[in-house]
Amino acid sequence: MASDRVNWNGSDVITMRYEAPETMEAAVELLSSDEGARVLAGGTDLLVQLRAEMIEPSLVVDVKRIAAMREITKENDGIRVGAAVAGAELGEHEEFKATWPGVLEAFELIGSTQIQGRATMGGNLCNASPAADSVPAMIAAGATATILGPGGQRDVPVEDIAIGPGQTSLDKGELVTSFFFPKPAARTGDAYLRFIPRTEMDIAVVGAGICLTLDDSDICKAARVSLGAVAARALVVDEAADALIGTPVDEAALAKLAEAASAAAKPIDDKRGTKEFRIQVMGVMARRTAEIALARAKAN
Amino acid sequence: MARYHVSATVNGDDVEFLCEPEQTLLDVLRDELHLTGTKEGCASGDCGACSVMIDGRLVCSCLVMGAEVGDREIETIEGMADGEQLHPLQQKFLDYAALQCGYCTPGILIAAKALLERNPDPTETEARFWLAGNLCRCTGYDKIMRAVMDTAAEMRGE
Repeated sequence: MASDRVNWNGSDVITMRYEAPETMEAAVELLSSDEGARVLAGGTDLLVQLRAEMIEPSLVVDVKRIAAMREITKENDGIRVGAAVAGAELGEHEEFKATWPGVLEAFELIGSTQIQGRATMGGNLCNASPAADSVPAMIAAGATATILGPGGQRDVPVEDIAIGPGQTSLDKGELVTSFFFPKPAARTGDAYLRFIPRTEMDIAVVGAGICLTLDDSDICKAARVSLGAVAARALVVDEAADALIGTPVDEAALAKLAEAASAAAKPIDDKRGTKEFRIQVMGVMARRTAEIALARAKAN
Repeated sequence: MARYHVSATVNGDDVEFLCEPEQTLLDVLRDELHLTGTKEGCASGDCGACSVMIDGRLVCSCLVMGAEVGDREIETIEGMADGEQLHPLQQKFLDYAALQCGYCTPGILIAAKALLERNPDPTETEARFWLAGNLCRCTGYDKIMRAVMDTAAEMRGE
């Protein structure tokens, strides 16, 4: 329904409703009730898209009043992080910081201090940018997303949520409520690195999230490798993980990892980098990320 | 047209306002509450000119809906000085001439104050990273950094 008011730039203003439910069930009901509903978590993507008129939702459902979505809770076999926890809040959680430094460093790369005060991992995932920094790190960590919808609750690996730029596999009315990070095995380390042409405040040209576990004799016995910004969604690359498993993560293994990461990269050409550049740098970043994950695993 | 009735605290005062869902907190501060010290630069969260505190967190007010802030505690540049007594950061910005056009200054002061409350003894690198989301298009960064670092030292009693 168009109103007779006009927006700052002279365009018609679409009537938009704002709701801030206090339970996840109420949020799902609202999201199911309106075709044009959008979730508002940190708002660092949503408000930009509203302003640019990329979206014109009829209903905005603010999930930040839902206490459970803003909590970080320890469970027997891992840590659960509410999907609406802001970066600044997660960074103050000592146990999460100690357990998943790679996930945290990825999340904290997103935007400025101001953005960190609001931005959420739920938003970063569901905005479904192929360059989302926290996503490869969550995938490498083996995180699952808990989803509540009209049909009930389900748990889905993080890699199955984003399916393409701006698109997710969520059904109508579904809401990512939290992420579960399983307790890592002993001697596990994770890391995330991205390439950007400056020091900070940029969008990944390529990104790599790696989590690996060593046995007692420093041989890698498990690994997960996820690559960002080199395909329509973050990739899980088993060939790259296989290059590490069964090795001491030495020079030969790192060279194979780099080769597998470059081979898996199917990037686009854009202003941030050419296809050829991204493919080459993907290998370099994967190797450097693995070296950090290795050092952390040895220290754990 | 639905207008939302919101009660919040701004600089310690209880405020009530009506806002449209399309209005950002920045719009509300400037147009409804007439607190025009908070500036609009990019309106997309890149420049930090609209920085305010909400419940103790530094945020861009252009990326917050006005309707969202019910019961929240908001701090803006108008609350920084204590009457006629400038905050030490404000005084140092004058002493160092750490501004040219001044448009970015309220946002930088709010962000720098948040930094020093959290970390009274930042390294220059820490301070530069903390303030990386505050752009000064007059490029007065060097004087800004000197003013922030000297304020930190002064507030520590050095």
